[in-house]
Amino acid sequence: MKRDADFQQLARYTGEWMRGEGPESDIVISTRVRLARNLADFPFIRRCSDDDRLSIERTVRARMETIADRLWESAQYVDLEPLSEIDRQLLVERQLISREIAESEGSRAVAFDASEGYSVMINEEDHLRIQVMRSGLDVENTWKQVNRIDDMLEEVMLYAFHPRYGYLTACPTNVGTGLRVSVMLHLPALVITEQMDRVFRSMQRINVTVRGLYGEGSQYTGDFYQVSNQVTLGYTEAELLDLVGKEVAPRIIEYERKAREALLKNNRDDLHDEVSRAMGILSTARKISSEETMHHLSKIRLGISMGLIEKPNVKIINQLFLQSQSAHLQKLQGRILGTAERHARRASFLQQHLSGKDDATWN
Amino acid sequence: MKCQFCEKPATFHITELTEPTGPQVMHLCEEHAKGFLHKGASSPMAAIATALAKQLEQSGDDLEELDQKECPVCGITFKEFRNSGRLGCPYDYTHFESDLRPLLVNVHDRTEHLGKSPHRSAGTADSLARMIKLRSEMDEAIKQEDYERASEIRDELKSMAAPMQPPHSDTDDQS
Repeated sequence: MKRDADFQQLARYTGEWMRGEGPESDIVISTRVRLARNLADFPFIRRCSDDDRLSIERTVRARMETIADRLWESAQYVDLEPLSEIDRQLLVERQLISREIAESEGSRAVAFDASEGYSVMINEEDHLRIQVMRSGLDVENTWKQVNRIDDMLEEVMLYAFHPRYGYLTACPTNVGTGLRVSVMLHLPALVITEQMDRVFRSMQRINVTVRGLYGEGSQYTGDFYQVSNQVTLGYTEAELLDLVGKEVAPRIIEYERKAREALLKNNRDDLHDEVSRAMGILSTARKISSEETMHHLSKIRLGISMGLIEKPNVKIINQLFLQSQSAHLQKLQGRILGTAERHARRASFLQQHLSGKDDATWN
Repeated sequence: MKCQFCEKPATFHITELTEPTGPQVMHLCEEHAKGFLHKGASSPMAAIATALAKQLEQSGDDLEELDQKECPVCGITFKEFRNSGRLGCPYDYTHFESDLRPLLVNVHDRTEHLGKSPHRSAGTADSLARMIKLRSEMDEAIKQEDYERASEIRDELKSMAAPMQPPHSDTDDQS
């Protein structure tokens, strides 16, 4: 595993899972499956001494090295402790690590492959958090990959496992399978037609959690929602995967499609106007916040999916979603920027990519 | 009254009406209340908070005794778990088993693992506890430069990883 990640280089591209491809990709951004695992011979993180954490990090790294060539192609291993705040933030924005591990202290690390489809966090809330991400709605293949990594890691380390309670985790909400399957959905039409509350309520009874993503609680959410299983114990992995991937996500997708059809039928002109205005703002503004950017990019993404506008394509919008976030902007600029500078830099960055001038040079 | 998750005063008293078992009252400080309301009532953390609140109501006087209960392996008290929502070591699932059961039912509805199993395991809960102790003894021996003792412990730890034979495991790899 390579141990020197080039963060500036990383910031220039998106991971494969952000390509905007795969089943239902007009609505589904990505599918993520993660497994929580702990080593049998250490306390959970909360009761670990600094030495324990260091020992876990070293043990896991050494064991992973022994299977690295079978595990993945060209993996990178990043020690998070000595990393600058901005580099950690960059990894959070790319969803390679969680905000929790970025903000915690002590020995901790992440290993990920070149496509950024796989990542293993070490010393997050659990000793190991293994995750696989894929573009679009693809629960089955995502599971297959994460399960394969889990099997291989298990060959070289002993997990904390209880015959009755399954894989033991620091938080009892993850015990059993340790499995969380999450589908990230773009639901602007349900938001516009004020139906999200109904969706939230209907999901509450069926062991599924729906959460807003990005700038949660603020008015500009970008209309992204993550649906995931709430329970982990007492069900097989297949049951949990089907619950999210075959029952719940398809149902929400259907609601969103119906809401989009209704909008096209009844409010086409209003919607087209809103999408065009969003394009106008992003391609002419001189300074803009990340929240406002999300809000307008969301509208543009909807406009593209509904055939109201032709350019740019969804892949570019996904890339703008990622690269207009603070750490990415600063990494691309090659220096730390203050808030005002960031807003100005973000505006010129968006302008540059939405004006349609440099489609050919930009992947 | 103190917040259920920390030592700060509880200034928010939230009654959760969506629980199928009837209304649940929760006492939280401003910060934890924000977190709870933010995440929405369906988040896993909220499920823990609800389950613990229920436990509080039901156990009454016994709570103080339960709060003092301490894991012999990692030293975490039930109170510390109640405040943080995080356990201290794998053995807690054995040591606090009867106290955690209602919480597991509240969160998951079920209490028996049905998913995949590893091919090897530490065996019983007692050997899990022993492994954690041995490991920390080994680290201590290395610190003291007692490498002979450290290598003895390493061998013992290695020998403790046994092939799994749980009821749900697949039986293709018992070698």
